Amino acid sequence: MTTRAVARGVGIATLVLAAFAVEGLLRAGVINRFIVPLPSQVLAALPRIVVEEHVLARFGQTSLEVLWASLLLAAAGIPLGVMLHRYRIVRLACESWVGALAAAPIVLMYPLFLVIFGRSTTTIVMIGFAAGLAPVILKTLEGLAATRVVLQDVGRSFRLSNAQQFWKILLPAALPSVFVGLRLGLIFAMINIVGVEFLINFGGLGQLINELAERYDLPGMYGAILFVVAASILFFDVTERVERWLRPNT
Amino acid sequence: MTAERALLAVEHITKKFAGRDGELTAVDDVSFDVAPGEFVAIIGPSGCGKSTLFNVIGGLLGGYEGRVSVAGERISGTHPSIGMVFQEESTFPWRTVQDNVAFPLEIAGMAKAERQERAAHFVALVGLTGFERRYPSELSGGMRQRVAIARTLASTPRILLMDEPFASLDEQTRVILGDKVLAIQQSLRQTTLLITHNLTEAVQLADRVLVMTYRPGRLKRVVDIALPHPRTPDVVESDAFGRYVAQIWHDLRDEANRGIEEAEALALRQGRRT
Repeated sequence: MTTRAVARGVGIATLVLAAFAVEGLLRAGVINRFIVPLPSQVLAALPRIVVEEHVLARFGQTSLEVLWASLLLAAAGIPLGVMLHRYRIVRLACESWVGALAAAPIVLMYPLFLVIFGRSTTTIVMIGFAAGLAPVILKTLEGLAATRVVLQDVGRSFRLSNAQQFWKILLPAALPSVFVGLRLGLIFAMINIVGVEFLINFGGLGQLINELAERYDLPGMYGAILFVVAASILFFDVTERVERWLRPNT
Repeated sequence: MTAERALLAVEHITKKFAGRDGELTAVDDVSFDVAPGEFVAIIGPSGCGKSTLFNVIGGLLGGYEGRVSVAGERISGTHPSIGMVFQEESTFPWRTVQDNVAFPLEIAGMAKAERQERAAHFVALVGLTGFERRYPSELSGGMRQRVAIARTLASTPRILLMDEPFASLDEQTRVILGDKVLAIQQSLRQTTLLITHNLTEAVQLADRVLVMTYRPGRLKRVVDIALPHPRTPDVVESDAFGRYVAQIWHDLRDEANRGIEEAEALALRQGRRT
């Protein structure tokens, strides 16, 4: 059995054990059952939210929003990071602002986005994009700046053009850091996308969680949250596969 | 040797750097030639400007006085005739051994099939057949340095310029790798300039050893190594080998001592400032 398979098995076993522990603590009255439902009830609620609440369609919608936000993050965040690395004056002028953006509670600006884009999927995608942009820019910049000088010297010794130096050396060297940024951006985007869906009661899983919470359907609500986790795992897995494809042996 | 006959001519190179305590002369009026097929080693203590000279000749460092010529043609900047092997580990971790070696051929626009064939030839030349699909992280330090050498050789430079390529390796690997490099150099008749601080390595490999002074780096002495060719690994056991090492160490000892004393004095001064 490979190390990866063993690690996956240990991970799943840990989750199952944690679920059993929570179940036990709830049944023993240590955790309040009015706040946290029994894991067994959450599992039992899954078929119901699939059939009655159309959770798979909601999952698809949220995933599509996250996908759009991710594509926008890659399309804008990586070039912006490259620009900050390429032009020192821009980096000095903007780096701290971008850092501040990473800490800003973008989700609280949702009324402004509603005014600009209306109560639509575009608002949700754009908030996710804005929330995830800073880490993509900063980690791209960090990866490019950390490229070992000797690798760049190898490029210079082979008389690479600036474009070749970027595509053949700088970018491949920076890819692991770029993908860390993309994954961080993805987390920020997903949190904000589900949060805004919840807040404006529109769209996919966030809206469903809101509706189930208002109905005090705790098992159903936690079941829907499991689908958010599943979407997160799905996107993590996809980015890891793309990274391994672009840079084998990572 | 005249500059006209030399493949590589280094004439009156002086390189200064601006430092905190004023201008620092790293290399001062260094001149020498390397003939086609010759193996020349430059040896000196730490801080004698060896790596500065490497960067000047390789074209990575500008702003110097003097002139570097290849086959009589003055060069500035990097030049296709000069292939560089660096002291630090410099293989691309995202490329396999084969793709690392094929890198300069890919840059030159060679068709994939042809460059893979030529890369395989150079991989075999450095004794790494069977490791073509491996990544650098799966190789030892010595094997990675052989990949870097094969990559540079694949660009078919007229002059191979190496900056302490075995510095990070243990002594046994260093000697074995030195034999391998020498065998390759002799089979290709590759003109080679090696920068090193290792006495035995310089004598084991070179036809001529240029001894440099501590800062500012000047040429102190040129030692012709009249050991027979082809040199076998047994050469290190000969009396003549030991005599050459002792002779170069005699020249180098004072410089190395001066380097240590100045480094200690500098550390003391910096300690007082803080």
